[in-house]
Amino acid sequence: MAAPRASLCLVTPVCNRSTRCIRGLSGLVAPEDNQRKGRTLFQFLADHFYDVAALREYLLRKQVLAVHQKNRSFANIREQYGPYVAGAFFILRQGGAVKFQGKEWIRPDRRGRFPYDFLKFQTVPVEAVDASGCAINYSGLDNLLPLKELQALWLQRCPHVDDWCLSRLHALADSLQELSLAGCPHISERGLACLHHLRHLRRLDISDLPAVASPGLTQILVEEMLPDCEVLGAGWAQGLKMGPGGQPRDASSSLLT
Amino acid sequence: MLWSALRLSCGRGSLARGLGTRGGGFTRGWDGKVSEIKKKIRSFLPGGALDPLFNTSHLPPEQADVVIVGGGVLGLSVAYWLKRLEKRQGAIRVLVVERDHTYSQASTGLSVGGIRQQFSLPENIQLSLFSVNFLRNINEYLAVSDAPPLDLQFNPSGYLLLASENDAAVMESNVKMQRQEGAKVCLMSPEQLRNKFPWINTEGVALASYGLEDEGWFDPWCLLQGLRQKVRSMGVLFCQGEVTRFVSSSTCMTNTSGEEVSLKRIYEVHVKMDHSLEYQPVECAIVINAAGAWSGQVAELAGIGHGPPDTLQGTRLPVEPRKRYVYLWHCPQGPGLETPLVVDTSGAYFRREGLGNNYLGSRSPTEEEEPDPGNLEVDHAFFQDKVWPLLAQRVPAFETLKVRSAWAGYYDYNTFDQNGVVGPHPLVVNMYFATGFSGHGLQHAPAVGRAVAEMVLEGSFQTIDLSPFLFSRFYLSEKTEEGNII
Repeated sequence: MAAPRASLCLVTPVCNRSTRCIRGLSGLVAPEDNQRKGRTLFQFLADHFYDVAALREYLLRKQVLAVHQKNRSFANIREQYGPYVAGAFFILRQGGAVKFQGKEWIRPDRRGRFPYDFLKFQTVPVEAVDASGCAINYSGLDNLLPLKELQALWLQRCPHVDDWCLSRLHALADSLQELSLAGCPHISERGLACLHHLRHLRRLDISDLPAVASPGLTQILVEEMLPDCEVLGAGWAQGLKMGPGGQPRDASSSLLT
Repeated sequence: MLWSALRLSCGRGSLARGLGTRGGGFTRGWDGKVSEIKKKIRSFLPGGALDPLFNTSHLPPEQADVVIVGGGVLGLSVAYWLKRLEKRQGAIRVLVVERDHTYSQASTGLSVGGIRQQFSLPENIQLSLFSVNFLRNINEYLAVSDAPPLDLQFNPSGYLLLASENDAAVMESNVKMQRQEGAKVCLMSPEQLRNKFPWINTEGVALASYGLEDEGWFDPWCLLQGLRQKVRSMGVLFCQGEVTRFVSSSTCMTNTSGEEVSLKRIYEVHVKMDHSLEYQPVECAIVINAAGAWSGQVAELAGIGHGPPDTLQGTRLPVEPRKRYVYLWHCPQGPGLETPLVVDTSGAYFRREGLGNNYLGSRSPTEEEEPDPGNLEVDHAFFQDKVWPLLAQRVPAFETLKVRSAWAGYYDYNTFDQNGVVGPHPLVVNMYFATGFSGHGLQHAPAVGRAVAEMVLEGSFQTIDLSPFLFSRFYLSEKTEEGNII
């Protein structure tokens, strides 16, 4: 069985205290080896009994539906309060932070509650969105794309942001100046190719993308694609082998020395 | 092995006396004997295949509800949707018959893998939109427990179609219609083209249409394997063999104008095994012709086209194999990461492949230059004379390039109007077609599979209405032409 941990869950579980993974079924959020034993017992039962297999399918389906529910479209809020408030509400519900133009950052507290006074800002555009770690996916971007004055978008460590989502960002091309994709597990160099629409982009963070095959080469190609943009990421020397003189080349050494 | 080792170390102690240690050499063949005994027990216990005399595991079953001729992406897509839309789990027994399990000549694996919505027919656009939705959520549709998630390697870089002066008006109306259907396409002038893609030479280009979202290219082999895996897990049976004969029964009926019409119904399919004269007659209720480039031959076997010309009986399925080449080259100063799949005014196209400045491309030959489809040999002179000059004229960086490799594949070319054939045959009432897409079968496969499954199960198209693609248009001579064929 290849990669059992990855294959059990259709989506990589965002394991904080508020979500329940399948491993939590055995009763406790237990240490590593206990979790592994519990999972293989469940796996064994699922292989041998149709009922347990159906239960596992149901639980996987519930996980997927939970993500879809989080990313539903808030069309009624958009009609009533306008696109900026709807977008802000969506982000705050997911656990991210929002900054309206001329106001301070609004963040939910540890229990996920946030103040509702941003409902008055119906004509104030949203300037920056910090969606780090949120379960935003392709359909959830419907709520973000109407924010036509968005200047900074941080999508660090979002588990469901993939190449398809990046292809939608061209709608924000007129205003977006800062984009951070650090640590997203499903983004590859193919998605980075469609960032060329963002001609006003000045800062792009593509560090720590596990699905990118050659980070150094990708960074060079992205820098060529976006000449006015500062690209933060792996150094160009990452992935290079040892030089002929036996000298290890590291990213911090300059080209001229 | 363990017992003999113990015996050697402990001598004739009590440890050496165990289950199998009765004599000297008995323990050495014990494992083999155990597996033979297990096999014998399994063969007469209920639940196993009881065939002690002949081994028929390579033959297809004797009965199947639906037999799908052709195991490429279209055939597997039909199988998937049949299993997904059936009313009760396990209601339909589906058999997929594929002649070559290595898919060495199948159009699916040899395809360039592009998907676009820039068509001139609204039905084609709807098919592409549905398929792109399917591909985007492929891990929800094709999830198999214990299998890793599928990575289609989709490049969302879009298609860029260039038009000369003559075709500019047609392109503009096409783009307007595409946007109405929901495709995200924009028009670009030569000035905007030069700003966005400085490596293009816009001489002779009057207008360009660029797909912004949901267009690009992906790995067709991954889709094929994903479908195969999922379809297997849903209980579809596979057989490696060739369909050699259809046995049908016919009834004569009179139609409304009083003419006698002979309706045929296929009730048996003969599947012949590879390199052997052995065949298995499979009783079936429905046959789906998804044989791709060889659909014409399969239709001939069913008697389609055997009749006086200009009658419905005499109308053949006009699908034949056409050979197309694809060349892979390396160009160090070529266009960068943002390059879409560019289709030139002359019909030559290219796209990037990977990160290393490799490019894939070709051009469809004109009717006079059509190569012989008997084999899949590549003609390198075709690239030198007919493709490279056009590419170099459009992208000056391509003047210095080096061809790395090339291959050839078949289009299941519909000689009538280059569009697919979907739906039942009017006379052979239980044969359904899912073929003839002339180079855009892969990108429509999920949607066409669903349409055929709906036709089989419900009797009519439910999600996308593909009535312009029925077989009867060949007899009525109503062409459903597609303008944007690459």
